[in-house]
Amino acid sequence: MAEKEGILVIAELSPAGAPDAVTLELLGLGARLAASSGKQLQAAAVGIDTASAAATLIASGAAAVFTVEGSAYAAYDPDLHVTALEKVVEEAGPSAVLVGNTTVGQDLVPRLAFALKAGLTTDAVSLEMKGGALASTKPVYGGNAMAVFVSRGKPALASVRPGAGDPAKPDASRTGETVKVDVEAPSPRLSFGGKVLEEGGDVRLEEARVIVSGGRGLGGAEGFEQLRELARLLGGAVGASRPPVDAGWWPSTQQVGITGKIVSPEVYVAVAISGSSQHLSGISDSRVIVAINKDPEAYIFKVSDYGVVGEWQQVLPGLSSRIREILGV
Amino acid sequence: MAELNILVCVKQVPDPEGPPSAFEVDSAARKVTPKGIPPVLSPFDENALEAAIRVKEAAGGSITMLSVGNNLSKAVMLKALASGADRLVTVEDPSCDQEGLDAFATASLLAAAVRKAGPFDLILTGRQAADTNAGQVGLGLAQLLSIPAVSVAGKVEVNGGTARVETVLPDGYEVVEASLPLLVTVSHEVGDLRYPSLMAIKKAKTLPMETFKPADLGMEPGSLVINEITELTAPNRERRCRLVEGESPEDAGAKLAALLKEDKII
Repeated sequence: MAEKEGILVIAELSPAGAPDAVTLELLGLGARLAASSGKQLQAAAVGIDTASAAATLIASGAAAVFTVEGSAYAAYDPDLHVTALEKVVEEAGPSAVLVGNTTVGQDLVPRLAFALKAGLTTDAVSLEMKGGALASTKPVYGGNAMAVFVSRGKPALASVRPGAGDPAKPDASRTGETVKVDVEAPSPRLSFGGKVLEEGGDVRLEEARVIVSGGRGLGGAEGFEQLRELARLLGGAVGASRPPVDAGWWPSTQQVGITGKIVSPEVYVAVAISGSSQHLSGISDSRVIVAINKDPEAYIFKVSDYGVVGEWQQVLPGLSSRIREILGV
Repeated sequence: MAELNILVCVKQVPDPEGPPSAFEVDSAARKVTPKGIPPVLSPFDENALEAAIRVKEAAGGSITMLSVGNNLSKAVMLKALASGADRLVTVEDPSCDQEGLDAFATASLLAAAVRKAGPFDLILTGRQAADTNAGQVGLGLAQLLSIPAVSVAGKVEVNGGTARVETVLPDGYEVVEASLPLLVTVSHEVGDLRYPSLMAIKKAKTLPMETFKPADLGMEPGSLVINEITELTAPNRERRCRLVEGESPEDAGAKLAALLKEDKII
């Protein structure tokens, strides 16, 4: 039976109707929260046909799955999905609601929170239940402070940064209840004209294993050609801090930082970047950070694992040519 | 159609390009005090203002800037106004300090100010502010005003009573159309805010400006807050850096490559 005061995970479904990777992470996190607070783990799925999604969600730990079905939910429309989920939350009466901080999640969850007049913490990196209430931790001020947020009243909503938890492992022997929720879909107010995919000649920053980024100290667009050479050798992408983007040396789509893209590569190479707080906040999940800067006092060295103090025009050729030798190219 | 009334909601924040040492974390008071860095318009709000100016250039109309805060910098506002806005409305009070408000309280104050100073056909906000990075207020404001909203725009156009918005996706964009009134949250793909001329900055002082207190709007900010900060700490993100030296900078670069290979990083 679906219990009140549960931990409710809102599933994001692929076009084929399967819960995505972030949803499984939320179920992993949610199971831990539920166990520590004696609450029930639940999930919600909205789509054309939610039967197979519900089965996966139950196998992944949800004791109850609330579903809203209809042809109106073929693609994401915020007005329709918010109305559906508002009804689900009213019916489920959860103490906490978890959503992935994805493209859809970022659009959906503020609308849902305001529709419910409920507290919301976005881009949470860790979650905990304290005295039966959700406490969500997120970086603020460009990562210069970590804040823990607790909501007055219930439910508390959180959107969770992808990768913040280990995914739940499905187990087909688990059982759970499916609760169908009837919702009258409102008339659409937005008209979607279709997605236009852009050519990705270079490796995308969010998916790159290696990122070589340049800062103000590169002095011009020409410097980025040398970074591109190093990135190509390492099979990586070229990013930039904000000043080169503002100066028009590198496209704004390749800006790394809290005002650009938040990245988590295996290796992040910061060339002539001193390390503003908003930039550092966008790279702190990198496994290894390498800094090249002529200023030994540059803050970037404090947050790096490897560093060379020197002019990048001289350091970079030495680095690239030895890498070429090592890789035999 | 009558003249297009455009509203841009802006927030003043400590300059996010400041070094980490400029943000002093006071865990006891649960607040961050900026040290030696000026307030600036939150970067995405600058993009929102630029988007508004472009709409005004193409479709005509007037731009009102709206901000909620405490001790707002006049210089920052004048410079922004001078870029191409026509009017400033602020909600200012000690109770509107950054620490005193959450997204719900902020959006509620903005909604009340919109009802008083509006109506507006197109409301633009930044996709998120540079201090809290929450991304809630714009979409929340639309919800409170019961108007449709489109988030993370890279391009905004208005033709008659309809807006055409390109929303930014990780691998491209999507075209969304809606009738006005509409709220759009704006991303940096729109482009940087233009620089105003000195003449325009001078002239900005003569533009109409109004300031409301929350009480004028029938609001008590503290009672609106839902989400509260219960702990605030300075994270330790420092790493132990192995500085690689060489006989020359080129040699240091080569030694770095060798070390990265040795440590199985490349």
